[in-house]
Amino acid sequence: MKLFRLLTGRRSAPLARERLQILLTHERATTGSSGLISALREDILRVIAKHVDVAPEKVEVTVRNSDEVAVLEIDVEIPQAVARTAIGRGRGWVAA
Amino acid sequence: MAEVLVVTSGKGGVGKTTSTAALGAALAQAGQNVVVVDFDVGLRNLDLVMGAERRVVYDLINVANGDVKLQQALIRDKRIETLYLLAASQTRDKDALSEEGVRRCIAELRQRFDWVICDSPAGIERGATLAMRYADLAVVVTNPEVSSVRDSDRIIGLLDSKTLKAAQGERMEKLLLLTRYDKVRAGRGDMLSIDDVLEILSIPLLGIIPESEEVLRASNLGAPVTLANAQSAPARAYTDAARRLQGESVPMTIPNGRQTLLTRLFGRRAA
Repeated sequence: MKLFRLLTGRRSAPLARERLQILLTHERATTGSSGLISALREDILRVIAKHVDVAPEKVEVTVRNSDEVAVLEIDVEIPQAVARTAIGRGRGWVAA
Repeated sequence: MAEVLVVTSGKGGVGKTTSTAALGAALAQAGQNVVVVDFDVGLRNLDLVMGAERRVVYDLINVANGDVKLQQALIRDKRIETLYLLAASQTRDKDALSEEGVRRCIAELRQRFDWVICDSPAGIERGATLAMRYADLAVVVTNPEVSSVRDSDRIIGLLDSKTLKAAQGERMEKLLLLTRYDKVRAGRGDMLSIDDVLEILSIPLLGIIPESEEVLRASNLGAPVTLANAQSAPARAYTDAARRLQGESVPMTIPNGRQTLLTRLFGRRAA
């Protein structure tokens, strides 16, 4: 292990930090401190489900906080087939 | 004006009880009237760390249920006059604690003390939420290690939703106490750095407690580390943190808990 470290020069802390950042972004979105995000997510999911058959795990709602602003990101992954027909009918769907 | 402080973490074994005892003792040593309250019903340990395990007659549940007067359950520290302990019950479980009982008990403690320090049990269940419920301020104890940081993040979420302050739309003040920090390993890049943890959790830093054998030694003796060896690195770090709690501006130092021959000699002499 030490030899491996000497050869690769890899430190473990940066990896720990990266894994935590990814994990916590996701967990904060699902357990949300105020419940706002999970409530938003449920509502958004319900509205989308009226028109498109979308799997619950394909809807991601996150809040990114920076020093000055907080950005609410809503990421909805819809099936290719649905996206194509939607564009065909000109209803404003844009394939990501 | 009393301040109710909860010492919490989510994860077990990160140093909540050690920190409760050390901060409580440091505040009391500074002349403040302090009570440390063990909320870990069924798994109490604050009495043991404080060296008062043989003096517990009545506990938090007896007081919360109104079986005895607060005065009967408070245990006065034998070393510092202004330091008191309210132990948890060892024979009951956490369901024996009612929210209304805790509210009444905390309200009564507020009348008597400058600082009410609640030692939270690990986890996010009833015991932990009751310990934080009536707090004005939270100290989040975190080790520079992935599982501890993750659990602290979860606890910060609970502090912002489950406390009375949060329910009333007020901002809950949260401070980070980074414990078991090893300067050498962090410097080598094999331990999350202070900046890493601060950036991830984004709450202000109260103090950095170094990994140190003095902490175990103090608990063996049944004394808060600030009393067992006041000159040791963790004791000084806790004393600085207690001064910051009192509003003093104390420069943040990154302590080194490893003992060299010199610190060992001076540490022993001062003890």
